[in-house]
Amino acid sequence: MSMWAWFHRLASPKHFYRIAGRWIPWLTAVCVVLFVVGLYTGLYASPPDYQQGDTIRIMYVHVPAAWLSLFVYVVMAGASAVYLIWRIKLADLVALSSAPIGASFTFLALATGSLWGKPIWFTWWVWDGRLTSELILLFLYLGYMGLRAAIDDRRSAARAGAVLALVGVVNVPIIHYSVEWWATLHQGSTVFRAEGPAIHPSQLLPLLVMGLAFTVFYLTIVLIRARAELLLQERRSAWVREVIDSP
Amino acid sequence: MLRGFVAILRRDLLLAFRHRSELVNPMMFFVIVLTLFPLALGPDASTLRGIAAGVLWVAALLAALLSLEGMFRSDFEDGALEQMALSSQPLALLVVAKVLAHWLVTGVPLIVLAPVLAVLLDLPAAALPVLMLTLLLGTPVLSLVGAIGMALTVGLRRGGLLLSLLVLPLYVPILIFAASAVADAALGLQVGAQLNMMGALLALALSLGPIATAAALRISLGA
Repeated sequence: MSMWAWFHRLASPKHFYRIAGRWIPWLTAVCVVLFVVGLYTGLYASPPDYQQGDTIRIMYVHVPAAWLSLFVYVVMAGASAVYLIWRIKLADLVALSSAPIGASFTFLALATGSLWGKPIWFTWWVWDGRLTSELILLFLYLGYMGLRAAIDDRRSAARAGAVLALVGVVNVPIIHYSVEWWATLHQGSTVFRAEGPAIHPSQLLPLLVMGLAFTVFYLTIVLIRARAELLLQERRSAWVREVIDSP
Repeated sequence: MLRGFVAILRRDLLLAFRHRSELVNPMMFFVIVLTLFPLALGPDASTLRGIAAGVLWVAALLAALLSLEGMFRSDFEDGALEQMALSSQPLALLVVAKVLAHWLVTGVPLIVLAPVLAVLLDLPAAALPVLMLTLLLGTPVLSLVGAIGMALTVGLRRGGLLLSLLVLPLYVPILIFAASAVADAALGLQVGAQLNMMGALLALALSLGPIATAAALRISLGA
């Protein structure tokens, strides 16, 4: 079977439902293993920081959550573009299912950052560039979800959401850099740098494992949500009856 | 192509001038919001001077937000928007005409009014030209970006609150650059960088905004 044909089959709702159902247990298993390894090395096996002490361990949740908050938005916008161009319904399902997950990651990044800020910066919140741009990202997610919830017609909601996600993704870098330029207290990037990571391997390793764990977690949840959404949307079609009636 | 553009522009301007009260409302709102700040924060001139740049811009931004409703709402309700979408003219170009008309009746009065209000807030005179320049560069962006949000929500019965949720985050960069330019000008600093960024944002909004607005309008019309 050629790659294109495989892709086409995947894009048909029924096959997607079946294939995703087959993938979910495997992804869950990988996700659990990654989380166990990542949390063990991060929270237990890695050394405390010489300045921040054990507070550094918040980073193993905070940084992957912040990575994923942006990553999920980009996935959402990519899926929206695919939906607008090729009218592949599946792409819209991915965008729709991603939004609450991305909003949750954004909220998690803000909450853990706030918990970390109290002992290190002696305040729960500062109007710092990165914090603020993360907060605005949360508003963008909420706006997307609000718009989709407000439009009754499913197809219009999908298309309007797709346009908004694309407008948003053009604005995300502009907002990010304008806000960062406005005021910054947050440390710069320590992992993605031209000179190589400025972080000790004993901390980098658990961080990367956690990053991977979060990514696989996202994939798992997005498939579960997309499957559920698919059943809801296609509830009148014959194949859904088949699925539900079969034990 | 140009004829359609001019026709829409003339029509929208004519409609605006036939409804004078709607024309005055954004200005009144701008003035009243600015009056609230000295009342809330105290009349101390040095406090007001410190916040003048930010307050002026936040008020301008809210006035622009509130006036968005008038851009597509009535045309959507009486079916004129549908005719525009069906016409042989490119919808994005007609959108530019509508946004331009909207900016001329809501944005330009704010620019004219701003120096007077700036005096009330004790903004140094040296910052006045920069304030007007930022409004000149910034308010068209507010109209262009707001048009996208308005086009997405025009079909909804209670779209107002949602509109602010959609549009305000997108206004953040323009607010940052504009307020910082005015504040820096008040301190006698160079503001070229901020003005350049605002010009870039205007170019971006003018080139991509109408396309997104046209796409959103077609969705709202169910086409």
